[in-house]
Amino acid sequence: MTLPLIIYRSLRQHALSTLITAGSIALACGLLMTVWMVKTQAQAAFVSTSTAFDAVLGARGSKLQLVLNGIFHLEASPGNLAWADYESIRKHPAVKTAIPIAVGDNLRGYRIVGTIPELFTNVEYASGKKYALSGGGKIFSDASREAVAGSFAAERLGLKVGDTFNPFHGLAFDEKNQHAEIFTVTGILAPTNTPADKVVWIPIKGVQTMSGHDPKAATDVSAVLIQLRAATAGFMLDMMINKQGNRMTLAYPVGAIMTELFGKISWFDRVLALVAYLVALVAAGSVLASIYNSMSARQRDLAILRALGARRRMIFGAVVAEAACIGALGAAAGFGIYFALIAGVAEVIRAQTGVVLNVTAGHVVLWVCPLLMTALCALGGAVPAFKAYRTPVAETLAPVS
Amino acid sequence: MLNVVDLTKSFTAPEGGRVEIVRVPRFELAAGEQRALRGESGSGKTTFLHLIAGILAADGGRAEIDGVDMANLPEAKRDRLRADKLGYIFQTFNLLQGYTVLENVLLGMSFGPRGVDRAHAIEMLGRVGLAHRLGHFPRQLSTGQQQRVAVARALANRPKLVLADEPTGNLDRVSSKEALALIREVCRENGAALLLVSHDDGVLAQFEGMQDFSRLNEARKGVAL
Repeated sequence: MTLPLIIYRSLRQHALSTLITAGSIALACGLLMTVWMVKTQAQAAFVSTSTAFDAVLGARGSKLQLVLNGIFHLEASPGNLAWADYESIRKHPAVKTAIPIAVGDNLRGYRIVGTIPELFTNVEYASGKKYALSGGGKIFSDASREAVAGSFAAERLGLKVGDTFNPFHGLAFDEKNQHAEIFTVTGILAPTNTPADKVVWIPIKGVQTMSGHDPKAATDVSAVLIQLRAATAGFMLDMMINKQGNRMTLAYPVGAIMTELFGKISWFDRVLALVAYLVALVAAGSVLASIYNSMSARQRDLAILRALGARRRMIFGAVVAEAACIGALGAAAGFGIYFALIAGVAEVIRAQTGVVLNVTAGHVVLWVCPLLMTALCALGGAVPAFKAYRTPVAETLAPVS
Repeated sequence: MLNVVDLTKSFTAPEGGRVEIVRVPRFELAAGEQRALRGESGSGKTTFLHLIAGILAADGGRAEIDGVDMANLPEAKRDRLRADKLGYIFQTFNLLQGYTVLENVLLGMSFGPRGVDRAHAIEMLGRVGLAHRLGHFPRQLSTGQQQRVAVARALANRPKLVLADEPTGNLDRVSSKEALALIREVCRENGAALLLVSHDDGVLAQFEGMQDFSRLNEARKGVAL
């Protein structure tokens, strides 16, 4: 009863400084967990999203650009391939599935991607999961003026089955660049939590033959998404296309390219983590300063407790435990900040990339961080605790007569 | 109960050197006995009580409480002996302002040999007439009521020896008389010895056994050692 009562009363007596200090710890803890989890979750989500296809074939250029353009519908296409190139790779014995895509248009900022209906009927976007339509409708027919909208794009654009629209030229929305063709929405994709959700899909011939596009490129494709029959075939194709050829680029393996991307931007993670560590240190320092500054006001109470028979080590323990309690309170509140931050970041990432972070996922950092923060605060409390330990009882209690 | 032999204490003077404050060759108090010490301000009587209570470490001599020499124990053991055997009533009460009346008494008990006994704490507060003020904070009480809380806290552990340092110094004459009567009565009921120091003749007159601390204390005041 004694120690908890002493801690509770002390926290109550210094409620304002307790709240401010716990708040700064909550911020530090929330930031640390968010930085760590966004990094971990984003990497996992981007790598797992790219597992539907083994490779992306495109014009000679950057493999990363091919993957970002073909899988994540980000960046511009590095160039076009002839339809014959698509046919050639499709018929290669090592290739199980080849899906051509063509890009270059948008619908009010949401990318329009031309492809073939087989993407929706034959391909699993994740293990055991195929594309499905929500609320009826149908996949567009080849060579028609029909469209299927991804769930996120449909929600944001307010599209429903039966709606019509005119595409806009280019990947960035400019209302002056409206195409004359009118497409009818025939289906809305059920959410897949992949970049496909933020795309408006039309038949590939729709993009190829859109008014205003170069007629000489009317059969070109932007990229070909490839599933291989065996993983070893990828190295053979890599040798054939990337090392022996000089016209096309095969981005293979897709997962490794994404991992490499995260490796390249890891310095940014480290900067964020460093900032978060510094915030954590400042928070622990604020615990030290807060308790230390209040020691003058507490010394009389501590001296009275000593006069009543409390031992020095108990006084030391009470102050350290109080600091740990402030740390634990802050760490608990840090979860509120963490969930708010990661939900916001996840929404931004979803809107920008279509990739959905699992904000409720567990991770060792979610208990290690609060524990370390609490321990750091307890360590910070050791300095004022030592001062409390050395409180001179007789001098503090009353003038000597 | 209390046996003091050649107990000494000196402090460093502001201008340097050591100044002796307490030098008590001999002082005894029997179990259950009630004794008052007269002493003016600055006579060293509070220091004497602090030495007996182990709040201050003695320079030399002995202060045996129930056969255990407080003066020659290490600090942790002095704390333990104080919690086990002593009750201390301060002139300024020294109540913990952030704690309720009941919590003040419970905290005092928690360091003692019997531990926290909530029922006994409430009984003690009832005994001093504060049963209806258990949840109040000291600042919400009158001076006399605060004094009674201090008495209840000092006696709740059933100490063998109660040290009272000007316990009525902050009270008016009527409250002072009541408080003193209460302290003496509760000590008598508990079989505790009482050593009270005061410079108030009205208080001292109520004690049969009264000694002048200046005769007891042989320290050469103001003389650097």
